[in-house]
Amino acid sequence: MQNNSIQVKGLQKSYNQLHVLNSVDFEVEQGSIFALLGSNGAGKTTIVKILTTLLKQDGGTATVNGFDITSKPDNVRQSISLTGQFAAVDEILTGEENLIMIAKLRHLKNPHQVTDNLIKRFGLTDAANRRVATYSGGMHRKLDLAMSLVGKPQLIFLDEPTTGLDPEARLEVWKIVKELADSGTTVFLTTQYLDEAEQLADQIAILHEGRIIASGTLAELKKLLPPTKVEYVEKQPTLEEIFLAIIGTKEAK
Amino acid sequence: MEATKKHFFSDMNVMLGRSMRHIFRSMDTIITVTIMPIGFMLLFVYVFGGAIQTGTDNYVNYLLPGILLIAIASGISYTSYRLFIDVQGGIFERFHSMPIARSTVLWGHVLSSLVSNALSVVVIIVAALMMGFRSSAGVLPWLAVASILMLFTLALSWVAVIAGLSAKSVDGAGAFAYPIVFLPFISSAFVPTESMPPIVRAFAENQPVTAIVEAIRALLSGQPVGNDIWIALAWCIGITIVAYIFAMRAYKKRV
Repeated sequence: MQNNSIQVKGLQKSYNQLHVLNSVDFEVEQGSIFALLGSNGAGKTTIVKILTTLLKQDGGTATVNGFDITSKPDNVRQSISLTGQFAAVDEILTGEENLIMIAKLRHLKNPHQVTDNLIKRFGLTDAANRRVATYSGGMHRKLDLAMSLVGKPQLIFLDEPTTGLDPEARLEVWKIVKELADSGTTVFLTTQYLDEAEQLADQIAILHEGRIIASGTLAELKKLLPPTKVEYVEKQPTLEEIFLAIIGTKEAK
Repeated sequence: MEATKKHFFSDMNVMLGRSMRHIFRSMDTIITVTIMPIGFMLLFVYVFGGAIQTGTDNYVNYLLPGILLIAIASGISYTSYRLFIDVQGGIFERFHSMPIARSTVLWGHVLSSLVSNALSVVVIIVAALMMGFRSSAGVLPWLAVASILMLFTLALSWVAVIAGLSAKSVDGAGAFAYPIVFLPFISSAFVPTESMPPIVRAFAENQPVTAIVEAIRALLSGQPVGNDIWIALAWCIGITIVAYIFAMRAYKKRV
């Protein structure tokens, strides 16, 4: 049985003279949350684009849900969905129309039923019949995520899902990602926020200068550092904690 | 491959439905597209028209075919604009990461371009009727006119796809249409080519707009169409094929 959702071996990609990916290897376990960490321009999005069949690699191989990305791109597309860096929603349609459109393109039998469920689950009921252009940044992201869940793909790619979101919306996205993983969906996440990876990921890989320079669970990564020493530091609340406490959001830890 | 080919028509239907919603939710684009040609029509009929010798007593009849081509040429700039917006936003990538027939992403825009331009054409013909346009043509010649205009729109829509896919900015996506809008002025659309200096005349008589205008004019006035209709069709089909090839090339670069 296949228990790796993604298997990447020696992946290479250059743009003209620029080697973005030198030789990337990693595996993502089925049902886990995998976080790919890296600074801006490290090549995280390039990896996502290759694995979602939007871009062809120059060298190396990759399988997604057991399908080779080069020889079986249609099977790959059938089993994944992508939430890209920029909200992939239609601004002129309403939220509901966006979801129905995706459900129809996934050739589901009951697009309206699926849409209604997702609208309820994501708390978009009041906004469902409004054009997306009127949505806030957080609502855009929520709709974007909802659209990615249409048809229950086994593997979801989230490329910097919380970039540009306010703290409240960020926590909501985190909650959704955790729920997804709990229901057995594999989540491939890229982020430049270390705390995001720390909060969510079962497995973390760090991409630097075109290679994965470290990977493992958070505990394994921590072992790479010198042993812990005990220090006493006065615990000040972070501005985020203050902000969330003041606006009284329920999700605050 | 098999699975996605099977869904070509249902995917196409969804894409077309989406594009049509875009058009009907921005009716102002259709109005914008029709205002300029109607303005030209008013200007040429009521200001310049008295001084133009075309050999016909009804200048609106003479003018209308060229005006329709101007309207279509400016209408397709919205086609490339809409495609450009898709490519820039994430929706283009979302579609491509889904198990759909990928070509429907472009065909949806091309088909809705045909519909929206047909709407503009109808609005302008109504305006022309109010200004005194009359035609003795029966059903068949009108169908022939509609087919030529559709082929012309199809050809220019694929040109618009090239622009929409390869433009670097919103302005660039629309700007390619300006020279096409200008073409009817150097043709027999407004004045007979006989009055032009030799070089201009040679250009005017051998560019696509003249053949298309002459064919439509003959059809609407019940005159024999002669070779013009075949030259017009050859231009439209030729441009469609060449533009389609280049559009596919631009598309492959994007994906």
